[in-house]
Order: sequence, then C-alpha cells, then structure tokens
Amino acid sequence: MELLSQAVLDYTLRNVVLGSALLGLIGGVLGAFALLRQQSLFGDVLAHAALPGICLAFLLTGSKTPSVLLLGGGLAGWAAALWVLAVLRHTRLPQDAALGVALSGFFGLGVTLLTFIQHGNQGNPAGLDRFIFGQAAGLLGSDVVGFALLGGVTLALVGLFYKEFKLITFDPAYATSLGLPTRELGILLTSLIVLAVMVGLQTVGVVLMAAMLVAPAAAARQWTNRLGRMVWLSGLLGASAGVAGALLSASRENLPTGPLIVLSITAVVFFSLFFAPLRGLFWQGLRTRQNRRRTALERLLLDAHLLANHGRLTPQELALHRGESLPKAWRHLNHLRVQGWVEPGKEGFRLTELGLRKALALEEALRPRS
Amino acid sequence: MTPPPLEILDLTVIYRDRPVLWDVDLTIPEGQLCAIVGPNGAGKSTLIKAALGMVPKASGRVRFFGQPLEQVRRRIGYVPQRTSVDWDFPTHVLDVVMMGLYGRLGWFRRPGKKEREAAMEALEQVALSDLAYRQISELSGGQQQRVFLARALVQDADLYFMDEPFAGVDAVSEEAILRVLEGLRARGKTAVIVHHDLQTVREYFAHLTLLNVQVIASGPTESTFTPRNLERTYGKQPLPGLDGQAEPERVWNS
Repeated sequence: MELLSQAVLDYTLRNVVLGSALLGLIGGVLGAFALLRQQSLFGDVLAHAALPGICLAFLLTGSKTPSVLLLGGGLAGWAAALWVLAVLRHTRLPQDAALGVALSGFFGLGVTLLTFIQHGNQGNPAGLDRFIFGQAAGLLGSDVVGFALLGGVTLALVGLFYKEFKLITFDPAYATSLGLPTRELGILLTSLIVLAVMVGLQTVGVVLMAAMLVAPAAAARQWTNRLGRMVWLSGLLGASAGVAGALLSASRENLPTGPLIVLSITAVVFFSLFFAPLRGLFWQGLRTRQNRRRTALERLLLDAHLLANHGRLTPQELALHRGESLPKAWRHLNHLRVQGWVEPGKEGFRLTELGLRKALALEEALRPRS
Repeated sequence: MTPPPLEILDLTVIYRDRPVLWDVDLTIPEGQLCAIVGPNGAGKSTLIKAALGMVPKASGRVRFFGQPLEQVRRRIGYVPQRTSVDWDFPTHVLDVVMMGLYGRLGWFRRPGKKEREAAMEALEQVALSDLAYRQISELSGGQQQRVFLARALVQDADLYFMDEPFAGVDAVSEEAILRVLEGLRARGKTAVIVHHDLQTVREYFAHLTLLNVQVIASGPTESTFTPRNLERTYGKQPLPGLDGQAEPERVWNS
C-alpha cells in the first residue's frame, strides 16, 4: 500500500518537475526577446487576458479539457495583444497606460465570468479558478507531452529566425529598410509568447505568469553581453527555477508549486543584480570605491612630488599645501610610505625611486594633449 | 539618359490631422552628396522614411533608379538616427555591422567568415577596426554613428540615406564620417543626408534641398543656399553671417 502511494507520488512529482522545467525553458527563451523589445509587461497582459478566454471556452463548450480551455485563453490573450497594439498605433496613450487598461479590463471580465460560472448552473465548474494561481500538482503526463511539443516548436522557430528576431529587436526601422517583414516577424514573436503563456497558465497561473517571462531574462542579462548566450542562459535559469520550485514544494506539505517557482527565479534575479561580474551592483560599487581610492592616492603622490621638488616634503608642509590637519597629513604620508612611494629622508620625507617614476608617469598622463 | 537614383513625385504624408509633407517633388542627381535641410518638424526624417516605405504615404510615387523600391532594395542603404535604438542591447560592434548583410544572406542563413571579413573591412573605413569586439554600450556618440555608417557601407549600396549622421558627434567622428562620404562620392555613389548644421552645408554638400513641409528649393548648393531661400525655409533670416559676419553658434547648433 505504501509502495503504491509512493509510485503515484513519484509519477505526480515527475510530471510537475518536467512541466515546470519546460515552462521555465520556454518562458526564459522568449522572455529574453520580450525584455529587450521592452515588452515585459506585454506578457503580463497576455496572461491576465487569458482568464476570460478560459471562462468563455468553458461556457461555450462545457468542456474542462485543458487543451480546449487553453485554446480559449490563448485566443483571448491574442485579442488583448492586438487591442494594445491598435491602441498604441492609433492613439497617443503611452504604452504603460495601454497595457494597464488592457490588463485590468480583461482580468476584470475574467473574474466576472468566473464568479458567474461558479454560482450558475453550469454543470460542475470547480477547478476553473486554478488558472488564477496555477496548480502544477494537477499536471498530467499528457500535459507534459503537450508542453514538450510546444517547447520544441518554440525553440525550433527561435533557432530558424534567430538573426531576424535579433534585428527586429535591436533596430526594427533598419530591418524594414533591408526588406524584412518586420511587422509579421513581430507578430510571430508575440504569438510564441502567447504559446508560452498557455503553457504557464496551468502551472503558475495568470497572475504570476509574467515573472516566468521577465525574471529569467532579467537575470541572464546581468551575466552576459551577447544575445545568443543571454537567450540560452535565460532558458536555463528558467528551467532550473522550475525544477527548484517543484522540488521545494514537494519537500513539505502545503507548499504551492507555482509561487515557489516564481520565488526561486526571483532569488536568482536578486543574486544576479548584485553579484553578476559584469553588471552586478556589488562589483560595480567595489570598482568605484577602488577607483576613487586609487585616484585619491595618486593626487596625494602628485602633491608630495610637488613639495619634494621644492625640497621640503614634511607633514607640516603637506598639511599646509592640502589645507588639512597635521595628523591627517601624517596619515597621508604613511599611506604613501606603505605604497613604497616615499621614505623618511634628512628633513622630513623624500620620494623613493618607485614613487618618482610613478609621479612622472602620472604627470605625463595628465598633461593636456595638443 | 539613365534614370536618377531618387525621384519623388507628389509625395504627401499625413500624420493624424496634420500634413507632415505636402506635395513634395524631388529629384536627386547621381554621384553627389545631397543635403536635406530645414527647421525642426519640417519633415526631413519623414521624407526618408516615406521614400523607404516605413511611413505610409497619403499620395505620391517614389522611384529609385527608375524602379519601385522592392526591385532595388539591395542598392539602397539606410543609416537611421543613432538615438533610435537602445545601445544597451547585448551585442558587440562587429555583430551590428554584420546586420547590414542580413538582407543579402536571406532566410535561415547565419553570417559566417565571409560576412565577418566584409564587416571588418567596413569598420576599417570608419576607423573603428580596433573596437570590433567592443560592447556597443561602451561607445561614444560619434562611435555609435560610425558603427551605423559601417553597417550601411557593408551593404555596398549605390544610394545611401542618412538621418542626421553629424548630430552630436565629436570632431574626430565628424572627420571620419566626412572621409567616408567623400569616399562614397569618389566611387560614384549617391548619398541623401538629413543635416541640421547650416554652417557646414556649403562645405560638405554639392546638392541642397531646403524643406519645410514643402520643398522650398532644390538644386546645386551654390545657387540654392541663398539668404532669400533660407528665409523662406525658416520664416526668418537664420544666418546673418551669410554675408561674411560671425554667427552666434548657439542658435543653429541646437
């Protein structure tokens, strides 16, 4: 009996882990482009707009088959995307306003329909609300196979159109001038994002789906300056977060999978923002500090050189020259001595050979060029 | 007689409820550097974009070398305003220059060794060879402009459109860009260049079009760059220095 339940649990866990990993992979790869096209919030709108689509699909067909419901969700997401693009093209509404209106409008409609379904006599509607926050534990083997297919299609298309996607992301006007169908390629990319959202609805739900697009890409951007690497790394980070979230939620009872996936990838984003070597805030701060300290030290050496040239490099003269207190001047001279740039001499201090060479080099570098 | 590289007839462009370009007729002669000059909002950039089909035309006909755009795209190179893109995009200089070859490569083919060599050559022309693998976010404004120029050069076009290539670039870059333009002209290429600095028009360009929604005047710079034409373009006399006096620079560098 115990063995049996174990096997069932394993089967469930396997589906959850695989499904979450596929979602992370697809979301990450497409999110890289969405982020760079400054369409991060676009995914959020698509996801929220899927809810009324799901409800309508249920009302029209009475079916609770995931593929039917997700098809409805996908179509509604698509409609929202087209609506936003039309608003941006024909009105002066700024992008964030258009996205905000679309997001809340469609989501409001979705919640209304959901409430209507739950209180009406529509058969047995229980379960539709799982799309709001997702229910990864409910993933079936057939779902995972579907995800794998969608993932394969996505990766293949991104591979085939990689150079075109890169160009329309970086410089759409120039892409048009080369004769590329910029608008159609943009629609293809958006459609792929709709597919990714459909994968995510069952796992993390409409509310948290945007994170699966934006977060892996934002983290990956911190680690590399090449688009190709960013796309792959983003997919990898997304998949890893999917696995991590699924395993974490399985480690104890009453831990939700979707939110844990999102928390995992958020942790990766925070770590990347601070510690990625190229763009991480921590290293940037360290570099700034080091530069500042080095520059201060170099200024000090130049002052010392000036005074030494007049034969009187003493703490008193340094304090006078720099307008600082005597103890501070002593400290400064000590800094220079630690560097091996000055040494005690007959009267006060003098520059060492190393210090002299360094000072001359600095003066040479600072000399204005004609 | 061979047809001119660019011929525009009755071009009108409407943006919302306002004409941006009105009944523009323009013929650009072959093998010259041609400036398009006019005040802000005169429709200079729009003229290029409408000609290249990036902005819908309300009316009008555009011919390149006597043919419609689709048939001669390979012969046309475009240099957009450098501020039109996000320079924090994750890529390096050489990669951007190779984008100039995407049209010729066609679908599904990735740039390879041949493309890289062509891009390096173009970078040499704009004196940026040593920055080939530099991250593009680290470039100065002038260097960004030269990268865009190299991307168009690699297309090996016969007619170039450039949107404010001299805007906000330092002296070194300005000189490098000018050298490239001279090289294009020497090889018989044509360049149509949106320009904003009246001080340098006569020095840089042989052909001048003064634009303010309509074409005010178009022809050899020598006979077109007159106080009267400028006044009709700008609504007042913009260059008191035209008759030899010094001109306060701040007015026209803005």
